[in-house]
Amino acid sequence: MTVPTAYFVILAALLFSVGAAGVLLRRSGISILLGIELMLNAANLALVAFGRQHGQLDAQVFVFFVMAVAAAEVAVGLALLVAIFRKNQSIDVDRLNVMRW
Amino acid sequence: MVAAVFYLTAALALLSALVAVSHRNPVVNVLSLVVTLFCIAVNYALLGAEFLAAAQILVYAGAILVLFLFVVMLLNAPAEQAVPSPRKFQRVAGLVLAALAAVGSVVVVLGLSGSVPKGVPQGSAQALGRLLAGPYLFAFEFISVVLLAAMVGALVLVKRKH
Repeated sequence: MTVPTAYFVILAALLFSVGAAGVLLRRSGISILLGIELMLNAANLALVAFGRQHGQLDAQVFVFFVMAVAAAEVAVGLALLVAIFRKNQSIDVDRLNVMRW
Repeated sequence: MVAAVFYLTAALALLSALVAVSHRNPVVNVLSLVVTLFCIAVNYALLGAEFLAAAQILVYAGAILVLFLFVVMLLNAPAEQAVPSPRKFQRVAGLVLAALAAVGSVVVVLGLSGSVPKGVPQGSAQALGRLLAGPYLFAFEFISVVLLAAMVGALVLVKRKH
């Protein structure tokens, strides 16, 4: 027996919401990046589930690309955090007001 | 059996995801996200995406989260202070928005017709490799350019000026 596609998509939706809550609520830059990672992974899970529903492998290729882009995004994001920490001695995003008028 | 594994990993993934976004200690956040990503890898395997399950563990648990841990330790980031945020409204709005996203998407998914999938595609390394080296060759090569650009960008950002 197989698990219905909808269950996987519901799990993905819940994981995405948890990640979104993390991005919206946390103040530490690292936690915000972690929330983004969680959201990307939830989207990947939904993609793989839909790909199985349609009997195609293309979705998995797409997930492969998303993983690569996520790796690039994390590298740049963490480098930004390190640069910000050097400048401000803090990664609290509430204290980042350089770009505010 | 498959259903039991799914329910177990789904519950574990949700639980550790909640810990990952709510705990104040950044090291605990990163480590519990490893558990979440591992459970997602198990779900990939349940969906017939064997190669992606392996890649998920290698790329995320092996590389990305180690990078996170490096940065957490490098910055010696203190645990977030327990002082209440001055933006009470922002917290409430964030929680409400996330809850709305969860409820809304679950309702939409439940409204779909639940047909059983026909043939499950086996996402072996061979099958994915044929696609990557065939129709998706350009995108596959271009991804390496994206990674190179990200690497150069990261180096430029953290380079000390002197």
